[in-house]
Amino acid sequence: MRRSRAAWLGTAVGGALLLAMGAGYGAHAAGDTITIGVLATLEGPFAVPGQDSMRGAELAIKNHNGMAGGKKIEMKQYSSDATPDKAVASTRKAVEQDKVDVMVGPLSGDEGIAVKNYSKTQPQMTFINGSSGAQATTLQDPSPNFFRFHSEGAQWMVGLGEHALKKGYKKIFLVAEDYGFPYSQVQGFMASYCAKGGHVVKKAWVPLGTKDYSSVISTIPSDVDALLIVLGGSDAVNFLNQMEQAGIDKPIIGGSITVDQTVLNYKGKKRESLLGTASAGPMADSIDTPEWKKFVADYKAAGFKDAFPSPSLFAYLYYVSTEAALLGIDAVKGDLSNNETAYKAALSKLEFDGPAGHIKLDANRNAIANTYITEVAKAADGSFYNKVVATIPNVDENLGLSPDEFKKMGLGNRDNPSCP
Amino acid sequence: MSAAQWRRAMNTGAGRNAWARGTGAPPAPSQSETPSQGEEGAGVGGLLAGLFRQIGFRHVIVLAAVLIYPWVATPFFIFQIGGQALALGLIALSLTFVGGYGGMVSIAQMSIGGLAAYMVAIFGIAGEAQGGASSLGWPWWIAVPIAIVIATLFATFVGWLSVRTEGIYTIMITIAIGVSYFYLMQQNYSIFGGHEGFNEVNAPTVAGIDFRKPMPYYYLALALALAGYFFIKYLLRAPFGVALQGVRDNPRRMNALGFDVTAHRIAAYTVAGFIAAIGGILMLWYNGRISPGSVDVGPMLNILIIAVLGGMRHPIGAFIGAIVFVLVQNFAIDVIARERFNLVIGLVFLVIVLFSPDGLLGLWGYVRTRIGTRSVQSKMKSGGVG
Amino acid sequence: MNQRFWKWFWIVVIGVPLAVFAVWAITADPRRFVTTLLNGITLGALYFLVASGFTLVFGLMRNVNLAHGSLYLLGAYMGWIVGDAFGDWNNWYSWLITIPAGFLAAALVGLVLQVGVFRFMQGQELRQTMVTIGISIVLADLMLWWFGGEIYSFDPPKVLHVPLVIGLGQHLQPYKYPTYRLMLLVVSILIGGVLWAFLNRTRIGMMIRAGVDDRNMLAASGFNVQRVFAATFGIGAGMAGMAGVLGATQLSVSPGEDSRYLMVSLIVVIVGGMGSIPGAAVGALLIALGDQFGLAYAPTYGVVFTFLIMVLVLAFRPSGILGRRMA
Repeated sequence: MRRSRAAWLGTAVGGALLLAMGAGYGAHAAGDTITIGVLATLEGPFAVPGQDSMRGAELAIKNHNGMAGGKKIEMKQYSSDATPDKAVASTRKAVEQDKVDVMVGPLSGDEGIAVKNYSKTQPQMTFINGSSGAQATTLQDPSPNFFRFHSEGAQWMVGLGEHALKKGYKKIFLVAEDYGFPYSQVQGFMASYCAKGGHVVKKAWVPLGTKDYSSVISTIPSDVDALLIVLGGSDAVNFLNQMEQAGIDKPIIGGSITVDQTVLNYKGKKRESLLGTASAGPMADSIDTPEWKKFVADYKAAGFKDAFPSPSLFAYLYYVSTEAALLGIDAVKGDLSNNETAYKAALSKLEFDGPAGHIKLDANRNAIANTYITEVAKAADGSFYNKVVATIPNVDENLGLSPDEFKKMGLGNRDNPSCP
Repeated sequence: MSAAQWRRAMNTGAGRNAWARGTGAPPAPSQSETPSQGEEGAGVGGLLAGLFRQIGFRHVIVLAAVLIYPWVATPFFIFQIGGQALALGLIALSLTFVGGYGGMVSIAQMSIGGLAAYMVAIFGIAGEAQGGASSLGWPWWIAVPIAIVIATLFATFVGWLSVRTEGIYTIMITIAIGVSYFYLMQQNYSIFGGHEGFNEVNAPTVAGIDFRKPMPYYYLALALALAGYFFIKYLLRAPFGVALQGVRDNPRRMNALGFDVTAHRIAAYTVAGFIAAIGGILMLWYNGRISPGSVDVGPMLNILIIAVLGGMRHPIGAFIGAIVFVLVQNFAIDVIARERFNLVIGLVFLVIVLFSPDGLLGLWGYVRTRIGTRSVQSKMKSGGVG
Repeated sequence: MNQRFWKWFWIVVIGVPLAVFAVWAITADPRRFVTTLLNGITLGALYFLVASGFTLVFGLMRNVNLAHGSLYLLGAYMGWIVGDAFGDWNNWYSWLITIPAGFLAAALVGLVLQVGVFRFMQGQELRQTMVTIGISIVLADLMLWWFGGEIYSFDPPKVLHVPLVIGLGQHLQPYKYPTYRLMLLVVSILIGGVLWAFLNRTRIGMMIRAGVDDRNMLAASGFNVQRVFAATFGIGAGMAGMAGVLGATQLSVSPGEDSRYLMVSLIVVIVGGMGSIPGAAVGALLIALGDQFGLAYAPTYGVVFTFLIMVLVLAFRPSGILGRRMA
């Protein structure tokens, strides 16, 4: 009996060892193929944006005919559940086990910070951010081999403050979730809004996971001009439903994910009260340029399963990130040797026109790009979309302030900035 | 009173433990397991002699395999598979001890490990945080003992709160405690760093050995896991462990015999908390960071899944469960449809708990009875699975 | 004497700050206080609906159904499909019909689970719990598969979607409060009443209560225990499904709601007393009030209040406020 057990254990351990060696040494691809690992959230609450991210990355490779720098491009997918731990574990598997050549990802803010920190331990690799928009990724202790080819959460809101003032909203009440991404978004809004005489009279930071906002709604003072709502997905719908139920009809200004595709296209009867809601972001559904129209047409023509009517924010961000990776490979003619040194140098200098405008990098390897101010409008077929009302070109991480002013302000948090 | 007498005394008890026994319908009293959990021949001799007798051929093979492993595997397999499985296994071991032998299934073990990790980050050295929380920057040899003491005290508190209830209630209460702990971490920015938590909390470099590197980390985790494993094995044969199993099987009788049931239970939480704290610090060094996401309901339940997957009737189950869990988590996406792999993981788990209440160890025992000799079968009937 | 001292000691330590807070809040802004109070009570009504099914199942079968949240989500989704099918929300009854639809859909799944799975592991509490964890993982992923990650929003009749306006005389602004929430309170009291009548006035209800009190006696007295168990699980699951529809109308449905309402059920039942329906009502009210007052007056640590209530209750009454003492 004991012997049988020993035999079993021996077999199991031996099998594991074989697996380890086989998997470890068999994975590296041949020389004429370049593997791009793409990490997005295919599990958990962000599974749907994560799937659209993958579509964006796939589309970028498809538009390059699956080739870059004369080599075949292979895409390998990795999943996270939006926790930084899982994002790093999946990235580590891609880099150390599967030995991908370039890494694109992750999706959400804290994941980005964690992967950026991990990238420092793998200086030979090139990491390109997927869609995560935390300021700290590139502003605090940046990593020399971590690139972000799109603007971040605070940049996405630049110009919305002026737009609010133009519409006559002098006093604003803020409702936002209590963590890093909304801090950044609110800072992007308030940086110019406060400087030009607006007042955010009260900030209601609601704990993550709050669904019943009725007690927050009841604290809205009657003399504010508008509400700034930085909530995402179902939370935004919950808030709007409860606001209607409570009979409050203040105009709304939204964050970059407050009135995005998923919120505008929820299942059920559409709420007219959404019309006219202003928001801002690095892209908009209705940019009137041939590049954007081609991007949307390509997305629709690609025949993705369960795709959105038009590409979401995440599809767009992963698209430009992957496109940058491919353009960089083109620039070095597929030569990723010598610890990808030439490739990283080429990426730092890379400038290109994405679907939503020109993109170039600053010294921290973060994008300087356009921000679009939009308002929700009704299309001819009755569906809602975000109509572009203004374009702010070349927004950088200083958020329209001078570098010194921005440095003095520091990164956004619960109390910073403040102008009650 | 000797251990053997204990065992006899408790064998007749119908058993109040919430465990599933055997695979079928309601268990008959005669089938109730022996408290020695299949460590055959232990009650005959002294406790230590029994322990040494346990170290047989299979132990030598396994020990050799885990020692050689880093020399044949890739850094990824050493660190992310081996290292992580050992760290997770250590936390699951704490659950096996308090749950399998104490009869109290505590879901909060990850919270206790997480608290130790947070304490190391707060007292030790961590990177800059956006929310304003800052570390004290003390060296690791001060921070780590403080963290272990605090987490063990917290575990004792959790025990004190939850031993007032029994069996299935314990699960609910420890989930609730774990979730409240999670929210506290998430909402507090000044001390715990809020949603972002602490980044760049690196394993220390001791005597020129950088424990961030895969191989040193692996051996550190292995040493601690082995220490934890043998500590638990020893404890289960010590008077405390035997009494604890008695408390699990028949608290009333133990109380009548003059044992302080509550004290034994709380002490079990303390011991388990100590082990979970060490596992939590290993997880911190493995991830290089800690945030509320590491102590959310998902990771809490993962520890339970690991312990149950491996089998809670023997300490080794925690590590077997951890290895399988880590392998599945890392490679399921390659093997099965990437969009539905959570469904597959859920189904596999469901099938195992449905058909093998004792996890993989139980499954192995079942297979062995089918192909094995009569003597094995009769052994299985008496409940030994180890 | 000593015990009495401690009782008063804790009443003073907890009660006096609460009273001071209430006086301050009422004098500072009475409207806000009343609204928050109503918010808490109406949220408690929803919590009661969710948790009553959980506590019923637990009380009779000692089954900690960690898939209870999945049944909530399932009821909401199925209700939405039925409501959408009946006239695209334009008929007066398309919303009303979602309520029984949600109940039936979840009840059916509950019945299948009890008859097909849990019947075979009666009395093995931990194993049942583990199985419910597995079921919740599988159900969550299946629902994500079928319903996608989209947000589903219900459309109740117009009269429920606007505030109720109460005039306060000429000099004051009229007081507004969401009609839907008030209706939810009424519905919840009605359903609580029906549940009470069912448990106290019908044969099967009495059997269920007898089973909660003493399972062995119920089995020994010759009733078909399995049928009672199946009925209880069906009703408990149905309550979750119905609560899914009612809760989703107030807010919306999307993946992730399952674990949220599971957590709510757990805490409500721990605070109120496990297995007790009146306990679920008391627990739901306490937790919801803590939640809403926390959000209105101390948003940063409001969430922690809920759990503080739970820890306090556990420390002083381990079996919950209305729970029977555990043997």
